[in-house]
Order: sequence, then C-alpha cells, then structure tokens
Amino acid sequence: MAKPEPCLTELLPQEAIASIDHWISKYPPGRQQSAVMAALTIAQDHHGWLTEKLMNGIADYLKMPRIAVYEVASFYSMYHLEPVGKHVISVCTNVSCMLCGSDSVVEHLSKRLGVKLGQTTSDSLITLKEVECLGACGGAPMLEVDKQYHENLTEQKIDEILAGLEK
Amino acid sequence: MVNIEIDGISLEAEQGDMIIEVADAAGVSIPRFCYHHKLSVAANCRMCLVEVENIPKAVPACATPVADGMKVQTRSPRAREAQKSVMEFLLINHPLDCPICDQGGECELQDIAMGYGGDVSQFSEGKRVVVDPYIGPLISTEMTRCIHCTRCVRFGTEVAGIRELGATGRGENMSIGTFIEKSVDSEISGNIIDLCPVGALTSKPYRFSARAWEMGQVPSIASHDCLGSHVNIHVRRGEIMRVVPRDCETINECWLSDRDRFSYTGLESKQRLLQPRIKEKGQWKNVEWQDVFEHIVTKLGGILESEGPEQVGFLAHPSSTTEELYLLQKLARGLKVENIDYRLFQQDFSAQQSDPDYPGLDLTLSDVESLDAMLVIGANLRKEQPLLNIRLRKAAQENGAAITLVNTISPDLNYEPHSNVLLSPQAFADGLRGILKALYLLKGDIPPEQLNSLNVDSWQQVCAEKLLESPNVAVILGAQVSDWPNYHEVREVARLIRSLTSASGGELSWGANAAGAAIAGMVNGESGFNSYEMLENTLQAYVLWGIDPRFDVADPLQAVTNLKQAALSICVNTHYDETTETWADVMLPMAGFGETSGTYVNCLGNWQSFTGAVNPPGEARPGWKILRVLGNFMQLNDFNYTSTTEVIDELRGSICNKLSSAWKAQEGTPHSYSGSELTRVGTHALYRCDSLIRHAVPLQRTKDNTEHSVGLNESTAHRLGLIDGQKIRVRQSGDWLPMVLDIDNALADNAVRVDIGFEGSEVLGLIHKPIYIEGVSE
Repeated sequence: MAKPEPCLTELLPQEAIASIDHWISKYPPGRQQSAVMAALTIAQDHHGWLTEKLMNGIADYLKMPRIAVYEVASFYSMYHLEPVGKHVISVCTNVSCMLCGSDSVVEHLSKRLGVKLGQTTSDSLITLKEVECLGACGGAPMLEVDKQYHENLTEQKIDEILAGLEK
Repeated sequence: MVNIEIDGISLEAEQGDMIIEVADAAGVSIPRFCYHHKLSVAANCRMCLVEVENIPKAVPACATPVADGMKVQTRSPRAREAQKSVMEFLLINHPLDCPICDQGGECELQDIAMGYGGDVSQFSEGKRVVVDPYIGPLISTEMTRCIHCTRCVRFGTEVAGIRELGATGRGENMSIGTFIEKSVDSEISGNIIDLCPVGALTSKPYRFSARAWEMGQVPSIASHDCLGSHVNIHVRRGEIMRVVPRDCETINECWLSDRDRFSYTGLESKQRLLQPRIKEKGQWKNVEWQDVFEHIVTKLGGILESEGPEQVGFLAHPSSTTEELYLLQKLARGLKVENIDYRLFQQDFSAQQSDPDYPGLDLTLSDVESLDAMLVIGANLRKEQPLLNIRLRKAAQENGAAITLVNTISPDLNYEPHSNVLLSPQAFADGLRGILKALYLLKGDIPPEQLNSLNVDSWQQVCAEKLLESPNVAVILGAQVSDWPNYHEVREVARLIRSLTSASGGELSWGANAAGAAIAGMVNGESGFNSYEMLENTLQAYVLWGIDPRFDVADPLQAVTNLKQAALSICVNTHYDETTETWADVMLPMAGFGETSGTYVNCLGNWQSFTGAVNPPGEARPGWKILRVLGNFMQLNDFNYTSTTEVIDELRGSICNKLSSAWKAQEGTPHSYSGSELTRVGTHALYRCDSLIRHAVPLQRTKDNTEHSVGLNESTAHRLGLIDGQKIRVRQSGDWLPMVLDIDNALADNAVRVDIGFEGSEVLGLIHKPIYIEGVSE
C-alpha cells in the first residue's frame, strides 16, 4: 500500500541512470547495492543536493532498505542533504588542519562571506561547510571548493580562491 | 571440540564458538551491551574486552573465536582496566537521568556501571543531546540515552526482516532512528524495547507507570495466536502493569509479538463489563450474581422446556481456556443441547468427520527452521502467527528452503519465497490439484481421472519437484483456509499432497486455543447445529462466550439480527458497549487475560497451564467459576470443581488415545467452489481478533489497524471504471461501507480484498462470497 513514489528513472536524466548502471555493472550480480555511493554522487551532481525522493529512488533502484541509503548519505560529509549554493566550500577542521590554523581559515571565510559554517550566502552562490579529514594533511590547512583541493591556505590565498569563483 | 580455560576454569567448547558464548554457558559473567545471543556479532560497544594469554591487547569476547589451549582472563587487572575504560567512554555522553528514566532498576548500563564505572568522570564538557524521533504508538524514544549498541537495528534486519531503524550521522552526530519521521510498523517491533540495554527505547503504554522492583512476576501464556507464546505478567498491587516475553526456545525463543505484548492494555478499558446486567422491559439494570443466575435458570430453563434443547445454541471464542470450553460444552450437553461450536468463521462443515482430534502441526518449530521445502496455503503468517513467520524466514534465509506460497491475497513478506502464487477463490482448489497431478506424474503413477483436464504450470511442477526431492518438507494450511466455503476440499487436496510426499505439516487456527476447544469437545454433536447453522437459523436462546458478534463470527449481520430476535441472548464477556445492549438480554462479566487460571493447547499439541496473575475487576469472575456455579444452578451433576486443575484433569482422564492433528481421508465428493463474479477475499485484521485486542488502545492506533482499504487488481478496477486511491463503497448483504480503493496487481481477476473484523466491516458478510463495489463521487 506504499504511496507511489517517483522511481529513479523519472527523477534523473537518462545519462545519469546509464552511469549508475555502469557502476552497478562493476559489482557481481546481486551486489548492486555496492554502487550506492556512486549512485548518490551521480544523483547529487545532477540535482545539486540529495532530496528524500532521490534517496528513496536510489534505495528502490538498488533494492536496498531506504534507511540504509540514509545511513550512507548522512555519514559522508560530501553528500548534501540540504539545498546548497552554486559552489560549496568544504573546510577541514580535523586535527592536522586545526593545528595548522583552520580556525582562522573558518573565521576569515565567515567574515568574507557573511555566513556561518553550514550556511549559504544570501545570493545562493556559496555554501560554507565544515568537513572531516579529506586526507590532505600534508597541505594543512586545506579546503575544497566543489571538487578542487586548495592546500597551505593563507588569507591571501583564500581571497584569491573566492575571487576566482564564477558567479 | 577444543579445550580452553576461562578464569582458571577448564572448559570444553565447540570450534568456532566465541569466548562470550563459552563463558555464558559456564556461568562466567562478562559485561556486554551490543552482544545478544540471538543477533549477529557487531563488537561495537567494546564492553566485553577480556585478556587472552599471548595476545598483547585486550580482545572483545563476543568476536574472538576460541582456540585450543586458549587461556582467558575476564577479571585480570588488564581486563578490568580495559572494561573500566570502555565504561567511562560509554558514560561520557550518557545522561545521568536514571531517576526519571523508565529503564532505571532494570538497566543493563546501570547494572554494569555499578560494577565497572568510576565514581567521577574525567569528562567535564557538555554532553550531546539527540532529538527524539516519533516511531509510533508502542515505543517511546529517548535517544540521548542511546549508546549505539545497534541491537535494535540488527533485530530489524535479522529477525523482523524489515529494516526500519538505522544509525545515521557520523561520530558524535550519529543517532539511531528512522531518519525521516515514520513509525516503526513491524508486527514484532516491541522486542526492541527488551533488546535496548539502556532507556533509549521503552514501552510507551507502560511508560512512567511503575518501577521494576515494585512488581511481581507471574508466568503465563499469551492469548492471541495458536503458538501460545510464553510470557511473564508484571503485577503491582493487583494490577497488570506490563507483559514481557518469557524465554522458551521451542516456541517464542526470547521474542514476543506486539499483539501478545500490548494486548493487556485492553484490560483497563472503560468498556470492561464489571457487573452482571439484565435487560428487563427494555431497560438495563445491574444485578447481583445470585439474581443473574436465577434469571438464567428461569429464562433458559423455560426455553429448554417449551422449545426444546434444539432451540438453544452455545458459541465460544477459540481464545477461551480449555477449562471454560470443557465446562461450557459439559453444561450444554448436560442440558441436552448439541448446538455447540467454537469454529466461528467456518462455513464449510461438509467433511467434519474427517477432522483431526485437534487442528495443529505435527512438527516442532525448530523443525520448521530446518525444512528444505514448504508449501504454505492460505496464510499471511506475519499478521496471523507472527512468531511462526520468524521461523519460516529463518528456513528461507539460513537454510535456503524453497517456500511455495499459495494465497488468495498477497501475504506480507519479509523473505524471498521460491514462488508466491495468487489464485482466485474459484481457481484455488484446482491450483493445488495441479501440484497433485505433477506429483503423480513425477512418481510415475497415473493421476486419477478427475485430474485429467488440469494443466500443470511451471510453479506447480517446481513445487512438486521440491516437495519430492527435498529431505525435509512440510505442507501447512493457514488459518484463512478454514474460513472458506471449500475448506474441506482444499484440505483434502493438501492431505493428498502430503500423502504423496513425506511432508509433515498440518493446519493453523484462529485464536489461542482452537486445539483445546476441539479436544474439550466444544463442537456440535451429530444432531446439533454448527456455528454457521446456529447463526443462520434463528434459535430461541444463545449463549455467546467471549464473542462480539460484530467482529468474531463469519456473518456478523445475520448473527446480530438473529441474536436480537432470540428470546434470550446471554453475553459472557470481558467487554461490552452500547451495541452489545442492542442484542443481548443478559451480560455476565468474565475475567480476561491474566485474571484467570487455565490451560491453552497450542498448534504443536502442547498443553500449557497458567495461573491468574491478578483478581478480575469489579464483579467479573473467572469463566470456569461462572460455569461451575451455573452448572449447580441448573442442577447438573458433577459441577463441584474447586480449581481449574480438577477440570483439566477430568478432561485429560477422559482422553484414551494419543491425540493427533492428522487429517483423516474424506469420503464422498467435497463441497467445491461455485463462486460468482466479484468475490470477497481477505484475512482477519491483525489487531481485531478478540475483545481484549479491540480495546487495547495503543494497538488500535498502529498503522496495521488504521489503514484498511479495498484491493482490486488493475484490470478488474479498469473494467469497473475505478482508479487507485479513489473513494468507493462496498456492500454484501447489508449496508454500503465507504472505503478507499488500493490497486493491488497481485490479486486475481475479480478478487476483492476486504479484510475481516476491522471497525466498520461488521456491515459486510461472508468471506469468499459476492461483493458489490462502486465508485463514490467526491
């Protein structure tokens, strides 16, 4: 008696479904749920953030319990469960970055953008996000803009990054 | 076998056992939170760290398999230090709210903290706070207390087979919940209350009502399905506070269905019948027991004298105790009445002489787990016998059993059956005969002529092959089948299938004590009417034992009409309401679950006696006492019992042969099915099966009880011009019932799924009979 929900093929364009299928094909038959992370990434790339409908669609498509998809999506900080701006700046505040001054990175960014961690600028251009270790401790402090790493940050470098972001 | 040593004690263990299992068996206690013997090993709480010789670090006892010569120390300084450190970590975020926590006094965390916790925490920062999700009317959440043992999550995946809870978020933000707000709807969800080692998941109906140490515990038997799960009733000052499972490996393991766990809440209903009541000149008045017995003697005696015993009928609910049923039929037979029955939903009595001594199974529940192939006919086990479904699921998932399900309605499944076939009532018996024909052919025998015209479809062929080839097989008839107008025809085909294979099996029944009722003789004598005839023909007097005719009989409309017309309708029950007043003439208040001693016989043939846990409220009395006194008032011999033990001993003494659940061969041609176009199909609504359940408010609020719809497949709906989600109305012999349409393509053409017993369904009629359906303009 489940209320009919749109299936994934209605929510995503054909090429997205094709690339999810490609990821599914990498795993043995019956292990399609191994492709859940790829599917979430692809869905997010197309839609900007992960809606409940998209996650449900992925769960049904991969024949796994919906809660299991929520678990994955809520665990990794690169999945956005709320609407985000055009660009997402993810600042690492884990141990290495913290020791190298990530607090001042966050402070500078907050001041420049006028938003706190987890918020989006009023023009919907930039979302500032705090994330766990991104594995670039050698270049701490670091941040990621969309899918690009920027390491060894200084205030000047941050300003350059911000200036370079397209509207 | 390997030899290991735990705390200096030499022990033998099975290869592959975990240290904690061996320690548990030997009575060495190791603290733990996430480990549970019925669930998979998660090893995420780390509380069970122990020291093992030659391993440099402490290891979790729940996830470390034993090895020959292993020396384990559970209390060495190193083990203690590890355990204390883990305890300190677990308590970092756990609130110190034991005084206002329902788990206080029976909390695993509290207990273990007494032994392993420090008196002061080194953690002085703020504790985390978690928002509590709403997960339905049965379970309260207080997720700040959660220590992330994930027992509840694993229970959903591994036992309930429906993953509703999960651990979302990460690190400090991790929390257990449903993520999006939704209720937990499993029919066995209450078990996570027991599993939760802290006060994060607690019983909502019991919440804040008692402390563990204030209550006494009385062992009893659950009263809602034919398994007879073992329970403990927790009692404080003469009041039942809650019901919890009692371990019984052969029946309910350590689990309990929500129906058995929460039904006690119906005992405190405002609609309890607390005083004998008599209707005189259209007015109801409360009277004393003496008066009501005298009233019955006069009225019933008068009718027996003037109209004869064939004008009196005795009907009893199959969840009555064996003692009540035995005494009721003894009373009836003492009065020369042969109209006696407990089979309230049965329509087909054509081959009654082939009935077994009692409806039941000839295999144990652990046998069910180890079956290799199964044919299950007309059963929605998850909603009918929830704990039997756990065993079936284990057979399918762990044993790879090939399960063939044949139904008229789509069963709720939490495992992958080998095939899941839906047939219309009209095609049902022939569908099973296809399996029979395939069996004959596979065995190289010539099938009987009647089977010539049948085709053997692939599912029938495969089912027959599995039943023949697999070593352990069973054929089980669900309780639904007993409601059908061709019950005996279907049962005979099932019997023949069993006789051609080595299948064990049998049939399931409604209520907790159908087997006891059959054994006690609560069935019509040869000259007497069965339940169907009693309620289709107007008799002058009826005795209804534990029955609300609106929900507990096959044809509620006809039953209520006839009860109203009868000169005397005696209602003996735990509950009543204003509709009872319209048909009854006398009401006798009876003790309910936990308020009387008695015996249930389950579908495995086990006689399970129990004592009362509390006294019944008001003037209500245990059923057997009512009957004992009524027997004396009616001046019948041998009604001077002083306990239920005497009654059950008398019944036992009267049984000469070993009782059997085996069906006997039927003679003559069976009643076969001649159905019309649109036919009603359905099963009994989960939380509507007896008066107690119907008054258990928390269960009435569950999704299982609030969402009833009419099911049709798409082509039938299309032919009738109806669409999914549309408002419609259905009618059988009585009034129209407004409902909502739910397209269910698993249904056969012309099958209309409308369940039995939900609020409102009393205006409908018999199952597998014609039903009318039409759209309603919005």
